[in-house]
Formats: sequence, structure tokens, C-alpha cells
Amino acid sequence: MTVAGARDLAIHIKGLRTQFGEQVIHDGLDLDVEKGEILGVVGGSGTGKSVLLRTIIGLNRPAAGTVEVLGQEVSDERSERQRSLERRWGVLFQDGALFSSLTVAENIQVPLKEHVKLKGALLHEIAALKVRMVGLPPEAGAKYPSELSGGMRKRAGLARALALDPEILFLDEPTAGLDPIGAAAFDQLILDLQAALGLTVFMVTHDLDSLHTICDRIAVLADRKVKLIGPMEVMLQSEHPWVREYFHGPRARAALAATGS
Amino acid sequence: MTATQAWLEPREEGDAFVLALGGAWGVDNLAAIDNDLRRLHPGKRRCSIDITEVSRLDTAGAWAIWRTRQNWESDGATVELVGVTDDHQVLLDAVGKQHMEAQRPPRAPNAFIEMVVHLGEVTVDIAKEAADLLAFLGQITVALGRHALNPGRLRAKSLVFHMQEAGLNAIPIVGLMSFLIGIVLAFQGASQLQRFGAEVFVVNLVAISVLREIGVLMTAIIVAGRSGSAFTAQIGSMKVNEEIDAMRALGLDPIEVLVLPRLLALVITLPLLAFVADLLGLLGGGLMAWIVLGISPGTFIERLNDAIGQWTFWVGIIKAPVFAFTIAMIGCYEGLQVGGSAESVGQRTTRAVVEAIFLVIMIDAVFSIFYQLVGI
Repeated sequence: MTVAGARDLAIHIKGLRTQFGEQVIHDGLDLDVEKGEILGVVGGSGTGKSVLLRTIIGLNRPAAGTVEVLGQEVSDERSERQRSLERRWGVLFQDGALFSSLTVAENIQVPLKEHVKLKGALLHEIAALKVRMVGLPPEAGAKYPSELSGGMRKRAGLARALALDPEILFLDEPTAGLDPIGAAAFDQLILDLQAALGLTVFMVTHDLDSLHTICDRIAVLADRKVKLIGPMEVMLQSEHPWVREYFHGPRARAALAATGS
Repeated sequence: MTATQAWLEPREEGDAFVLALGGAWGVDNLAAIDNDLRRLHPGKRRCSIDITEVSRLDTAGAWAIWRTRQNWESDGATVELVGVTDDHQVLLDAVGKQHMEAQRPPRAPNAFIEMVVHLGEVTVDIAKEAADLLAFLGQITVALGRHALNPGRLRAKSLVFHMQEAGLNAIPIVGLMSFLIGIVLAFQGASQLQRFGAEVFVVNLVAISVLREIGVLMTAIIVAGRSGSAFTAQIGSMKVNEEIDAMRALGLDPIEVLVLPRLLALVITLPLLAFVADLLGLLGGGLMAWIVLGISPGTFIERLNDAIGQWTFWVGIIKAPVFAFTIAMIGCYEGLQVGGSAESVGQRTTRAVVEAIFLVIMIDAVFSIFYQLVGI
């Protein structure tokens, strides 16, 4: 357990530089995510939102700078430290990234077996619980990913990410491809979990409704840096042309009207 | 400091049953305590579960508590939760909202029945697959007919590419293997025929077996393993990626775009490969005959002229396009049968190779009978 007092940081990024060959994606990027907040990350295509997410969870090695998660530096080594850190976060990839040779329930059981060695009835119960918690019908547990629709795969991916009740949840476009009802339920689910577990959520999204309703703060990626970070009011007042267009476009106005803020 | 273990303490208070829980009720230490929890059956009376001492609760812990309460209540007890904080309540609600009966893992069915069911399924699958393959042959024939009427439709670039991949690039392995088989045949034949003083007939042995059977058969088997599998994997990955659906949606016929170039490429190149195999097989045999038996190249060629008739070479080569057609058809068919997952690509690739080799050998047997009947 952490000491109360000064604000705890879930993610602390300093001077991050990532590049693929000649192409520089981030340069001197700083970003702090506080514990218990829901951070939405937005940016145009190719600004490296997903790359940033992958770098934080150690799938990309940064060219320079440091990435700390829960006070520990992230590395791409397969060390015991890294493993225990990975156990404390859950990741939902864009298309769910479920293991195609396993059923949904077995997918959820993978981390439960691997990290906490659950067995027998309890293992099946917890997997079934997660299936229902993300709003899938119970019979979905016995199905293979190829038998599910895109939206259901996404929910199943979330169920796997939530298997170990992580402290940080990384979501890569969680509501893309969901119908509005499903997307709203998804938002509500994340709010519930955040309230109950004190979850920190790092979410790459383009869903303006999600940004309005659940994000505590929003970070805008542009020019290889976090150009702007703050709550929705800050975004709405910004003079940055891209930010203005994003948050004042026709779709944004509709979302704004809907949430009534 | 918080406890890192979860504990439970049942006690009697008057006629009521009290279960005190404490420590960290998280997914990581639930396994240790779940069996103890399941064993408690207070029966029909007033019970309370006191979770005041629980320092940490997650959804798994909340589930265990909720399930216990549910089980006891269905036994006829009245259960009250004590010491529930707001945070705990949110979690318990989130879990309880799901209305779950405790689920049992599905029981494994009887092994014998499983086996019979499996046998039935496999039989039906084989019949279905044979019908599908016949339908596929029909589709290919129609597409070939369209191409014959309008040769401009043929995708020449793709055809040439596959001819290079499946044909030209296979020459080293096909040639080397055939050369070695020629050597082995001559060597084994020599040691047997020497006993009868008939060592010169080694030439007949090598020539007839290589030209009629082994050259083309081994080439077909190598090509089935090399190109048939590649066809399945390529088309299968495209299927997984929804590229085949995209093609159909754009008005392209996958048979025309993917299957025909591969099929024609193999039909054209396999006879050429078989010819290379024939040559190198004879070369290997001749070399060995010279080294072991001292049959000079001149004598070898002279004997070769006597040994083979005008049909010996053609009897082998005629089979090559038929083998090629079979291999390419099976490879493409299995590729198009891939469903959804990466695993399916692997399964189908294996099937394609096994089926293609099996069919090649079966067709070879049919040819033998046919040749016997027509007397060549």
C-alpha cells in the first residue's frame, strides 16, 4: 500500500524519445498520470498515441528518457521485477488480441493460472464473473474469438485485462467499433471499476463522448510532445488550431450538448 | 501495514453464526482460503459475515463473499453483512449485479462416447470435403473455360511470379534429390545384379525406374511439400485478414485472381521440373555405374538406347501436369477453407500437404493400371 500525502504518480515519463530508424515519433515528451485518474490521450493520426502506450508497457524500447510505472522503471527485459510490474497492469489492445486457439474463458484464465495459480472451481467462477462483468452473455465464455463479433472480442479482451484486478488499465481505443449503447455501457463500466478499485486508466481514444463523460484529464499529442494536458475546460479554451478543431468541430459540439456541460 | 494474507474466523454467538473475515481479500491469496470458505455450512439460522477487518478487497474477493452469502441463503439462512464500507459496497454491487449462480466447470464426457462421436464427425467431414472439392473443381473448370475464351483475362504477372517461385526456385532441391536417388538405385541394383553376372542391366533398371516413376513422383512430392503448402498458407493468411472477402466485395473473383495463376504456374513448371529430375537421375545412375561397375559413359548411352522405348520418357512426363493440377487444387482449396484463426492456417497447411501427397500416389497407381491395360 502507498503512503498517503503527496500526490502519487501512477505513470511518470520524462524526456521520452522514441524513433523507428530515421523517423522520430516522440522527442522530449513528459507526462505524469496520477493514481486514480482517467486520462484520455488524443492526437491526429500518426502522432504516436499507440506507440506511447506500447512504450509505457515496455513493448518498445525508448531511444532516450525514462518511463516509470508505479514507481518502477519499465524495461523490456524479462526480469522478475518486470513480471511483477506487468501483473499490476492490464492492457486492452485495439482488436482485443485474444489468443485464437483458446476460448474466451480460457483467455481470461491465462493470467489467473500464470500469475496467481488459481485452480478448480474458483478459476472457472472468476473467469465467468469477468465475462459477465464486461457485459458478455455467459455462453460467450465457451466460444472461440473467431466466433465473436468485433465488439464482443473487445469486451472479452477487457475481461482478460481485468482478470487480475490491475491497478492501471491501458486501453487502446476501447469504444471504437462499439455501438453507442455498448460504448456508453463500456464507459460506465470503467467508471464503476475506477470507483470501486481506485483504478488508474490510460486510454487512447477518439470517442468524444468518452472524453466528456469519463476522462478526468485529457492529453493532446502533437509535434512529438504532449502539447496540452488538463480537464475538458482547458481543452475548450485552448487556442491551438488542432485542439480547437478537435473540440469545437460539429461532432464535438453534439457530444458537448449531449453531456450538457 | 496491511496484512498480506486473507483469513477467516467462524464463531458461534448465541444461536447465531458469525463469520469474521480479514486481511487482503484479493485474487492473489484467495486460492489459499477458498476451500475453507466453501466448507462452511451454517444451516437454517441467523448468520452474519463481518468484513470490518478486510483491508483490501477486489472483485475476486467480493465474488467469494457474495457467493458465500448466496449459498447460505439458498440453504435457508438469513445472512447479514457487517462492516461494509462504501468502497466495498460498490464492489459487492458490481459483482452481485451479475446474478450468477455459482458455475461448475463443464464435466468431461465419457471417453468412449467422445470417440464414437469423433469418428462420426470425421466421417461426415470427409464426405463433405469430397463434395466440396468436387464443387471447387467445377469452379476451376468454369474459370478455365472463361480464360480459354478470353485469354486476355489471364494475370500474366502473377503467373510468371508463381512459375519462378514454384518452378525455377525448386530446381536445385529437385535436381539434387533426383541425382542422389539415381546414385542409390544404381548402387543397390549393381550389388544385386552382379550376383547373376547381369550388372549391365543396371542401366535398364535406372533408366526405366527413373523415367517412368521415380523422377516425376519424387518431384511431385517435393513440390507438394514446397509449393502446395505455400499456396495454402498464403491464401489462408489472406482469408484470416479478410482480404478474400474484400476481393469479392470489389468484384474480383478469388478463383481467377489467386487460384488460376498458381494452378497454371504449377501445371506448366512441374513437367519441366520432372524433366530436370529425369536428367539428373540418369546422370547419378550413370556416374555410379561407371564408378562401381566400370560401365563407361559410351556404353551407358548405348545401353540406354536399347533399354528405353519411345514411350518410356512420355509415360512419366504425361503424369506431371495431372499431379501439378492436383497439388495446386488441394493447396488452394485448403487455403480457402481456412476459418478465422491463425491456428486454422497451420492445420489446413498440414492437411494440404498430406492430402496432396496421398492423392499424387493414388493417381500414380491409377496411371500404372491404365498403362498396363493399354500395354505401354
